Amino acid sequence: MLKLSLKKLDELFAAMAQSQALYIPADNGGQAQYLRWAPGMKMTAALNTVRSAKDFFFPQTEGLVNFKMTGKTIEVIDPRTEAEDFVVFGVRACDARSFSILDKVFLVDPVDTYYQNRREHGTIVTMACRQPEETCFCTSFGIDPTHPEGDAVCWMTDDALYFEAVTPKGEALKEKIASLFEESDDAAVKAQQAETKAVLDRLPLHTFTAEPLGGDVLMKVFDSPSWKSLSEACLGCGTCTFVCPTCQCYDVRDFDTGNGIQRFRCWDSCMYSDFTLMAHGNSRNSQVERFRQRFMHKLVYFPANNDGEYGCVGCGRCLAKCPISMNIVKVAKCLEGELK
Amino acid sequence: MNTETLIPKVGVVTDIRIDTPDVKTFRVVGLDGKKVFEHIPGQCAMLSVPGVGEGMFSITSSPTNTEFMEFSIKKCGCLTSWLHAMEVGQQITIRGPYGNGFPVETALKGKDLLFIAGGIGLAPLRSVINYVRDKRENYGKIQIIYGSRSKDDLVDYQEILDEWMQDEGVEVNLTIDREQEGWDGHVGFVPNYVKELNPDLSKTVLMCGPPIMIKFTLAGLKELGFQETQVYTTMELRMKCAIGKCGRCNIGNKYVCKDGPVFRFDELDELPNEY
Amino acid sequence: MQGMMIARAGELLENGTVTRVLGWQTGEFVYDITPAVFESAEELEKGFVYNSFCGNNLSKYLIQASRKEGKILVFLKPCDTYSFNQLIKEHRIVRENVYIIGIPCDGKTDGEFLKAKGVKGILGIREEGDNFVVDTLYGEKTIAREDALPERCRNCKSKKHMVYDELMGEEGEVLDSHRFDMVEKLEAMTPDERFAFWRSQLSRCIRCNACRNVCPACSCEKCVFDNPQSGIAQKAAADSFEENMFHIIRAFHVAGRCTDCGECSRVCPQNIPLHLLNRKFIKDIDTFYGEYQAGEDTESRAPLTNYTQEDVEPSIVYTRGGNN
Repeated sequence: MLKLSLKKLDELFAAMAQSQALYIPADNGGQAQYLRWAPGMKMTAALNTVRSAKDFFFPQTEGLVNFKMTGKTIEVIDPRTEAEDFVVFGVRACDARSFSILDKVFLVDPVDTYYQNRREHGTIVTMACRQPEETCFCTSFGIDPTHPEGDAVCWMTDDALYFEAVTPKGEALKEKIASLFEESDDAAVKAQQAETKAVLDRLPLHTFTAEPLGGDVLMKVFDSPSWKSLSEACLGCGTCTFVCPTCQCYDVRDFDTGNGIQRFRCWDSCMYSDFTLMAHGNSRNSQVERFRQRFMHKLVYFPANNDGEYGCVGCGRCLAKCPISMNIVKVAKCLEGELK
Repeated sequence: MNTETLIPKVGVVTDIRIDTPDVKTFRVVGLDGKKVFEHIPGQCAMLSVPGVGEGMFSITSSPTNTEFMEFSIKKCGCLTSWLHAMEVGQQITIRGPYGNGFPVETALKGKDLLFIAGGIGLAPLRSVINYVRDKRENYGKIQIIYGSRSKDDLVDYQEILDEWMQDEGVEVNLTIDREQEGWDGHVGFVPNYVKELNPDLSKTVLMCGPPIMIKFTLAGLKELGFQETQVYTTMELRMKCAIGKCGRCNIGNKYVCKDGPVFRFDELDELPNEY
Repeated sequence: MQGMMIARAGELLENGTVTRVLGWQTGEFVYDITPAVFESAEELEKGFVYNSFCGNNLSKYLIQASRKEGKILVFLKPCDTYSFNQLIKEHRIVRENVYIIGIPCDGKTDGEFLKAKGVKGILGIREEGDNFVVDTLYGEKTIAREDALPERCRNCKSKKHMVYDELMGEEGEVLDSHRFDMVEKLEAMTPDERFAFWRSQLSRCIRCNACRNVCPACSCEKCVFDNPQSGIAQKAAADSFEENMFHIIRAFHVAGRCTDCGECSRVCPQNIPLHLLNRKFIKDIDTFYGEYQAGEDTESRAPLTNYTQEDVEPSIVYTRGGNN
């Protein structure tokens, strides 16, 4: 394990940023978000960013293809350029797991090459959690926030940063920065992990589990009478969807630049009224059905298609951000109550 | 499959046939004058007019047609209105094929087939009908029950008269909703006509049409003694990506674009009724 | 107050005055409160809550709720009553299907706001005098109530209910607030500074539409931004300035109708001070047409939908110069 004094954190960032772009969670107008590092930029004190780290691989908007129209003819232009190498530093365990969930969508046949391209060029350096919030429930999905997944993992104590490379990408990064570090044992990390685990046991949601919904309960849950009351106050906004690290539904739209057509994709939300709207009707006509779709997708449909893995990582963003405080925990608890 | 699947190819519209007041059939080839890709009957393609939109359409022509693809399209929204206003020679974009298609080489092989269609619902079935007509030796008897609002709304009417009705071993039963001058055929709704005709229970049914027709015809078939495992249909929901990723065309955990659009009714039975 | 409210709601259900009660329901934590409809005394006992976190303005829910069969009881805080009146004026709520109990409010905070103040891992909260004492995973934190309130409550415009069928607690007064202070600051900026301010704020927008969907003045059945027929429907920025246009267009559309309830800023996941856009319009309307408060009554014509010979000429824009 490598150790670095926190006083040298800026040097570490400078070293990482030397040969590739570096993004760190920093404060912007009082909100934590990933920003491209520049000398002087400090890490946020917030536990996590408002927007998840999915943007790095699945940005909110992204050009797919351009068209040039002349008379009756169309020219198809691939707008992509080579993606640059980048490092995302300070990703939490929940977001790190979300990448493997997104992979199960975008990297299965037919592979989404836009996503794949970014994925291949990105190195993920994760950061173990020390002070989880009451909204955290990643442990419910088998995630260990004291030892996140990632190409490399970091632990931050009061005075030092500990670094461990995990994958070949992580090793490659390690080589570039190793000279800043000194070798160290893992005693401080072990101590911190034990301390954090004690906090995890005291989290209000530490006993929460989505397990009852992972079985063969699709139709039973779908037909639950509770969807109506659960969705009653839903505003039909896209906050939950857009702050969610695993929500990946998208829309494809055309934009007339005046000089050709840009076809782009952008995040979409199943909570929106036009998500399933067709010229002759809508298969999810009211907010009850749209609301149900979001939670069925994460808790029932996704596990059914992916060996029981849930489409949720327990990051707690929707718990914190929903304008009416309705969220996946409340929904799951209510439905599980009915299954008993 | 093509990994650059969201980037379409250019297709040229080489012929436009006016089928009904609101349905036209478009013939499409690639820039090289050949078919853009091969497909299985029942599969679909994403057609688009850049700047207007992209939509999923069933490929109406049979894979046995080696020269071009055809799409019968009803005018009902933005994109379809634009397509209807096109002239021959116009280029559009095309990508595909998408979806599972009908099991013409497996479950349907050797079977007596009953096609039931309403209105534009004939479009996806025409691909299968012409496929099995071209590979006659692989299939048993063919019966086609097709209805629409009026005689003028029958899609592919000329082809039905000139080709399908002339084939041996192909029985065509047409019906229209209301009496009409110049029509001496059957009058009445499809579900009732199916019951009247009382088709043989050994047949495998392929059905497509408006939801209300599907609902009552399925009930009628069950009354006659058909099992849900013998009846196939093809679905349509809003789609954007056509490859099971954009997340909107699902019925339960199945995506219509990828796991469908062809489903057997016993499969649909295990899914939520949200379509 | 909560006990009184539950008891009175139970009575009104019992005697048949109303068939449903619109209020707030407890959640997993002390602060995550959800608007909810209660149909029985048992349901009220089990989940009804009224505390310092019941910030949601319930008026907009009445657009749907008042169209259902039977009468619904709603608890409205003073600032919610302005929205209610405005919705009545716009013929959105069926008045006779609503029974309003006006309830007092001394400001509402929320979990996110406390966290922005550096409180981590909230487990519980109690109010002790002028302080919130927050029990957290990392020890107890005391925070002055004044500091724990968001801007909309610190600059509360009124503790007085504009409409009610029945009142609980003491009626308050319309207050002399400082709500236009920040607008004045923005007006004092150079156009470049102001542009930079709004760019930095609005560039954080993720187009979740929470501000629009929660806004009582945004009651169009189909928003132009959702309507494929409108030609400007969009979900995300097609260019980097588009979110700004969304918020500016929305501010124009609610101008003269916005009651300044502040829900837009409360729900924004990115903490964009959206209410400032609306306040600028309110301040300008006050300046041009005389003091006007949307939602004060249900009858008067709003300045922007009325004509008087004294109305300012459009040239006022020029005479005021570029800095305002």
